[in-house]
Amino acid sequence: MTANAHALAAYNQRKGFLSWLWTWLSTVDHKRIAILYLFGGGLFFVIGGIEALLIRIQLAVPQNDFLVGSTYNEVVTMHGTTMIFLAAMPLVFAMMNAVVPLQIGARDVAFPFVNALGFWLFFLGGIVLNTSWFLGGAPAGGWTAYAPLTTEFLGTGSDFYLLGLQLSGAGTLMGAINFMVTIINMRAPGMTFMRMPLFTWTSLITSTLILFAFPPLTVGFFLEFFDHIFHANFFNTAKGGNAIIFEHIFWIFGHPEVYILVLPAFGIISEVVATFSKKRLFGYTSMVFATVLIGFLSFMVWVHHMFTVGLGPMANSLFALATMTIAVPTGMKIFNWLFTMWGGQIHFTTANLFAVGFVPTFVMGGVTGVMLAVPSADSQYHDSYFVIAHFHYVIIGGVVFGLLAGLFYWWPKMFGKILNETLGKITFWTFFIGFHLTFFPQHFLGLIGMPRRYFTYFPDEGFNTWNLISSIGAIGMAIGAIVLVINIVITTAKGQKAAGDAWGIGRTLEWSIPSPPPEYNFAQTPLVKGIDTFWKEKMEGNKKVTPAEPLGDIHMPNPTILPFLMSIALTIAAYGFIFANQTSASRPLCLVIAAFGIGLMLLLMLIHSIKDDPGFHYHKEEIIEIEKGAE
Amino acid sequence: MSGANHVDIRTLSHPETATLEGKNKFLGFWFFLGGETVLFGTLFATFIALRNRVATGPSSQELFSLPLTFLSTIILLVSSLTSVFAVLAMKEYKIRQMQLWFWLTVVLGLAFLGLEITEFKEYVHEGLGYTTSAFSSSFYTLVGTHGCHVLFGVLWISALMIQSYKKGITTVTAPKYYVSALYWHFIDVVWVFIFTIVYLLGILGG
Ligand code: HEM
Ligand SMILES: [Cu+2]
Repeated sequence: MTANAHALAAYNQRKGFLSWLWTWLSTVDHKRIAILYLFGGGLFFVIGGIEALLIRIQLAVPQNDFLVGSTYNEVVTMHGTTMIFLAAMPLVFAMMNAVVPLQIGARDVAFPFVNALGFWLFFLGGIVLNTSWFLGGAPAGGWTAYAPLTTEFLGTGSDFYLLGLQLSGAGTLMGAINFMVTIINMRAPGMTFMRMPLFTWTSLITSTLILFAFPPLTVGFFLEFFDHIFHANFFNTAKGGNAIIFEHIFWIFGHPEVYILVLPAFGIISEVVATFSKKRLFGYTSMVFATVLIGFLSFMVWVHHMFTVGLGPMANSLFALATMTIAVPTGMKIFNWLFTMWGGQIHFTTANLFAVGFVPTFVMGGVTGVMLAVPSADSQYHDSYFVIAHFHYVIIGGVVFGLLAGLFYWWPKMFGKILNETLGKITFWTFFIGFHLTFFPQHFLGLIGMPRRYFTYFPDEGFNTWNLISSIGAIGMAIGAIVLVINIVITTAKGQKAAGDAWGIGRTLEWSIPSPPPEYNFAQTPLVKGIDTFWKEKMEGNKKVTPAEPLGDIHMPNPTILPFLMSIALTIAAYGFIFANQTSASRPLCLVIAAFGIGLMLLLMLIHSIKDDPGFHYHKEEIIEIEKGAE
Repeated sequence: MSGANHVDIRTLSHPETATLEGKNKFLGFWFFLGGETVLFGTLFATFIALRNRVATGPSSQELFSLPLTFLSTIILLVSSLTSVFAVLAMKEYKIRQMQLWFWLTVVLGLAFLGLEITEFKEYVHEGLGYTTSAFSSSFYTLVGTHGCHVLFGVLWISALMIQSYKKGITTVTAPKYYVSALYWHFIDVVWVFIFTIVYLLGILGG
């Protein structure tokens, strides 16, 4: 009996809910991990969205008392933190997991085990952070968690923030290394770097940015954590500490982070626009170049978040220039998308609507970005609603529109069914109009002086109308999101089945295999002949991509529960540290629990090191069966 | 993927990168060290910014002693050398020699840790607690993080060596031995920076 038959037999014995749960907890298949990221990130997106609605209810009318004082601070903090770290990041990873291995013709990622570990750390980190609501109050120091506010003046919510994000950050870092190695080492024969689809390129650059941007964040959070829990003095001025260090560390991470989020969105837009214009992407080489350049520059501009700190005219001017430089490669991209559409046969599917809507919206965010990059002007804009408007134009108009385009585009590949287009278009229009209604007025609010993070305003400040419009717009976005959920439910129940080449005009390798793909992705590793190799083959009259190897047995890794258990171990450690700070009586016990969690982690690592996974094989005959069934 | 199984492993001059899995581990570990470099870079930057902020506590000139840290440095440098010998032995499939060199590395690592603990105890005795000043916090955090890395390396190499008696040198184990040695060099390089920036600069005053 082969290992695979064993696995199958074991599977059949444990039917029902538990076995279903077990398969998801122990999966190392990147396609399943993609689904986990999608639903995990989706869950937090809903939570963050509800928080956003609460904010907008409070601000809809002047002197409202719906959410005041520290409750408002908690909601604002959790909204920003959740959206950035627990919604946008994992949704990017969902897309990368679902698509990148398929686009490069690989059967798997480089480190399936680490990939699973990355997901579970992210997810449990998010849970730890969100349990703060029930265990003594959420963090309230803003998503930027500046010191000494977070380290000296706020309660235990800060510990949930620091340790929860430490967990999910570690997961993100692992995911990034996995994708870098996957893309560099596991490309199919003929898939040279300059033939890689743009989404794969942007995933590679984003992963590189994560690798260099997340360790500073890890250190920054550790320093705050030591200050808060062990009374270190990094940011304690009374004993020689310096709080500005934290701002530097945070933004050395923080600015690359926004490009970590938006680069994959750029990649998605490049795929969607090209496919639905039935044209090759215009200026492929310059797109790659622009991506790399943006990645590089993103580490040179962090001080634009600190213009008002007072680092001096020299520092401010240099960083202002560096910041404005980023507009150049970004502009290149915008023109390339426009030229791709130019003269193409444009299909306005929902995915493409989001892509087309993305372009002007993101440009508007870019324009306000350049305005903010002028230090003297920024002294006026800083910490006002103008900034809020700016980053929502780039984050929602850029990242979220990109992710939604990718979701509609690749949903059939992930789940084998096409999302309903009518409902999809309703989502697009309500979300698009709602978005502009919500955030366009915030530009004016900022310019006439409304500060961010304040929980209310007086009726005679001239803020009333714009705020009311903004809150009404938020309803539009909420409707769009609800329709999307309905769409997902309906499609899952009785959606139209998707073909391998779901849109009929796919260009890249993921469309050359069944939807959803079999566990091993490619029965035979494909031979890549150029950019958009699948399109090339179709133009030559071939239905399938030329294989690079004869049909043979395929080796796959076994599922394992260890990544999940390791994440649990670290979660225990995190809670130990968090509660060590709550009452001094239980402090020693809590520290022991934290040590236990770390010890458990080391033990599990040892077990992983001792137990080599032999994996299992799909046999040639099985593969022939599966491939027949898929047609 | 595992075609190398059919070849006599002894004909491979690089057992650590003979399989795709091995190659992945190799590259992935280099990237991991890239991230670690940034991590230590941030800690160094913080230390440099805070190293003269001693508040009411003792300063580095009053505390550090060159002979002691010099000894630590020598020990760690030699341990890097022994791990090189271990990897050379691995490439020639001399398992006994490899084990010997790696065990020696572990012993030197433990000696280093012993010295570090005595040193920290001494400083605490002289009034430099973790919470004394910004300097003390950043000093203990930077050097302590390095110490934790050494400890982890000791545990890791020991775990690999214990297994090596049963598993030998194969295309599965060779990448692990290799990568652990790489890690060991990395913490050695970090120590060289600690020695210059924390101790030498600290004693000279600069
Ligand atoms: C992926 C989507 C989103 C992301 C990544 C995001 C991110 C952020 C971030 C980072 C902040 C700053 C929080 C702070 O300064 O502490 C923020 C603030 C805010 N967000 Fe969002 N957001 C998203 C969606 C939304 C939506 C859908 C709405 C409304 C319907 C919204 C409304 C607000 C408001 C009103 C604030 C201002 C809070 C304040 O500073 O007073 N956001 N958002
Ligand atoms: Cu920025």
